[in-house]
Amino acid sequence: MTNQTIDIPRVTAKNITEKEFFYGHKACAGCGGSVAVRLALKVLGERTYSALPAGCMAAVGFIFPQMAFANNSIITTFPGVASMASGIAAGAKALGQKDFKTVCFAGDGGTADIGLQALSGMIDRDDDVLYICYDNEAYMNTGIQKSGLTPYGTQTTTTPAGKNLPGTKTNKKNLFEIIAAHDIKYAATASIGYPQDFINKVNKAKHTKGATFIHVYASCPTGWGTPTHTSIEIAKEAVDCGLIFLAEYENSEFKINKNPKEFKSVKDYLTKQGRFKHMTDVDIEKVIQHRDIKWERMRRNWSTKK
Amino acid sequence: MKKNKIFISGDEAVAHGTRLSRPHVIAAYPITPQTITVERLSEMVENGDMDCDYMHVESEHSALSAAMGASSVGARTFTATSSQGLLYMAEAMHYASGGRYPIVMMNANRSVALPWSIYGDQRDSLSLLDSGWIQVYVEDAQEALDMIIQAYKIAEHAKVLTPMMVNLDGFILTHTYEMVEIPEQEMVDKFLPKFETPNKMSFENPKNLAFSSQPDDNTEFKYQQNKAMLDSIEIIEKTDQDFGEQFGRYYQGMVEEIMCADADAVLVTLGSITGTVRVVAEQLRAKGLKVGVLKIRYMRPFPEKEIMALSKKIKAIGVIDKDISFGYEGTIYTNVNSALSKANASVFKKNFIGGLGGRDITKAEIEKMFMDLLEGIDSDKPATVEFFNLKVETND
Repeated sequence: MTNQTIDIPRVTAKNITEKEFFYGHKACAGCGGSVAVRLALKVLGERTYSALPAGCMAAVGFIFPQMAFANNSIITTFPGVASMASGIAAGAKALGQKDFKTVCFAGDGGTADIGLQALSGMIDRDDDVLYICYDNEAYMNTGIQKSGLTPYGTQTTTTPAGKNLPGTKTNKKNLFEIIAAHDIKYAATASIGYPQDFINKVNKAKHTKGATFIHVYASCPTGWGTPTHTSIEIAKEAVDCGLIFLAEYENSEFKINKNPKEFKSVKDYLTKQGRFKHMTDVDIEKVIQHRDIKWERMRRNWSTKK
Repeated sequence: MKKNKIFISGDEAVAHGTRLSRPHVIAAYPITPQTITVERLSEMVENGDMDCDYMHVESEHSALSAAMGASSVGARTFTATSSQGLLYMAEAMHYASGGRYPIVMMNANRSVALPWSIYGDQRDSLSLLDSGWIQVYVEDAQEALDMIIQAYKIAEHAKVLTPMMVNLDGFILTHTYEMVEIPEQEMVDKFLPKFETPNKMSFENPKNLAFSSQPDDNTEFKYQQNKAMLDSIEIIEKTDQDFGEQFGRYYQGMVEEIMCADADAVLVTLGSITGTVRVVAEQLRAKGLKVGVLKIRYMRPFPEKEIMALSKKIKAIGVIDKDISFGYEGTIYTNVNSALSKANASVFKKNFIGGLGGRDITKAEIEKMFMDLLEGIDSDKPATVEFFNLKVETND
């Protein structure tokens, strides 16, 4: 699906390194965020600095004295992951280091809310940093509170659903388009439900000099109320029902990587998750309408070529 | 050898001190009255006088976050700010000191909104005394330049590894032009060797930094941080002496005692006001009044030892605070008073609050402070906190 550039050596299930860079951490069973981090680091390799703001992966990976990253890694200020990563890249370059990559792993809140300003600065400066946002659609580390990427209808601990409110009242921010609006060199959306696509995109970003961005959909059984063994499956279903899309932005153009002729059932996707269980048919219809408007616009304006 | 003296502002002196210290990365966001420093540094990078990555960050929080990132791989870093910007950095300031990143920052002391004021007082930095940074305050542009160079040597010392803030009074120092001697690069290189630290990420020895600690470990980390700050006193004194030997300017370490040896009444100062107080003290001395000045240079670590020793020799002490901790007293006074009480000093005490938001403190006002102190000796007057030259009626 990904628009692969020929001269980048492909990374696939057959040749991906058996080396692990993120293990021994305390993430919940079925954690999608940890899958995204694990896969990305396998692609990026050991000459990688990773920067993580406050959030799940920082909380589960750096509990002194049990450090879970095999590569150089650092927790950053919550709003400052992008700027701290920029500083790492600048410092390492100024010290004469070559052939290395700096990567951010930040959650949806750390990216679309509190970290957005620093991320904008990082892209503006075109710093040589890959920013990966693992999106589990709420502040999971602090106990499932609504973020700017929590979708309509979601029940969280700060958007309870009841007689008066439907849960979350707003739609997800268009994060991918906000990032693309900076005219960034390379940005993509991905899902851990489509791991090869995600790997391809990380690989492409790795070989792109300058600021790059990947928004990866990452399931969270704890926050979503889903069985731990369905994390990959549910992240795939989110794409198949069209609520999450796979796309890229490069050379100032948008491209849809996966353009399903027919979407799978949104209702099936929603009702198997605790966070959406309360949703009425009217609410589900609102979600579908929002999806259709978005896809109509995407198909009209973005390239759909294979 | 002929000395290279040029006529520059305090901000420009900081820029020269920074250039001579050869940082790898500068990350800064503009704020009055710090701006001339970052403008000059940008020019120095552009014209090749500095080999340095200048990062145009989008906020002060990012300036310090970026500086920490660069420091975490072993790069020497510089940033500069003031007032609102410093407060916006507050989270990152605790982060930098806890992470033991020896970043050097210039702070142009400026009032804090509301009401808005771009002019000087010291409420910005004094409100962050507990953020774990070494805080030095300078009296003139030359000291500003010299202290930037010293700051790297102190902050990067293996026993210290603590960030350091060099404070200059906004406008009074940042925008006032003085003759400043620019040291030779070769001499600075000799004084300030390359930054080496084991506390960094590297591909030879990968590390996970800035981690979480559990309740069982946290106190020990904070104990070590405090110890490093206390140990820095020795390094500060040694660095200042070495600097004096190599460059001919010695600032007397933690404090400078001016005519204190036989003084009855001493005024404690911080920053540029020292210059005016020196002049007044000399005039009063000429009239036979036994007055002196204690210029506090470092607020953290605090010159407790020096104040305790001084308290044995004097009869009255006054503290000028260009700040107020609302609901109590001036912050410098609180710190000085703590040292006095540890020394069981029985001296007359008074706290003078003023110069807020850039109001000038005049020689006449300072003379009155000295007279108040002299009159207080052997009187039954209690220690008071006075807003001097207040233009509103009070019931105090």
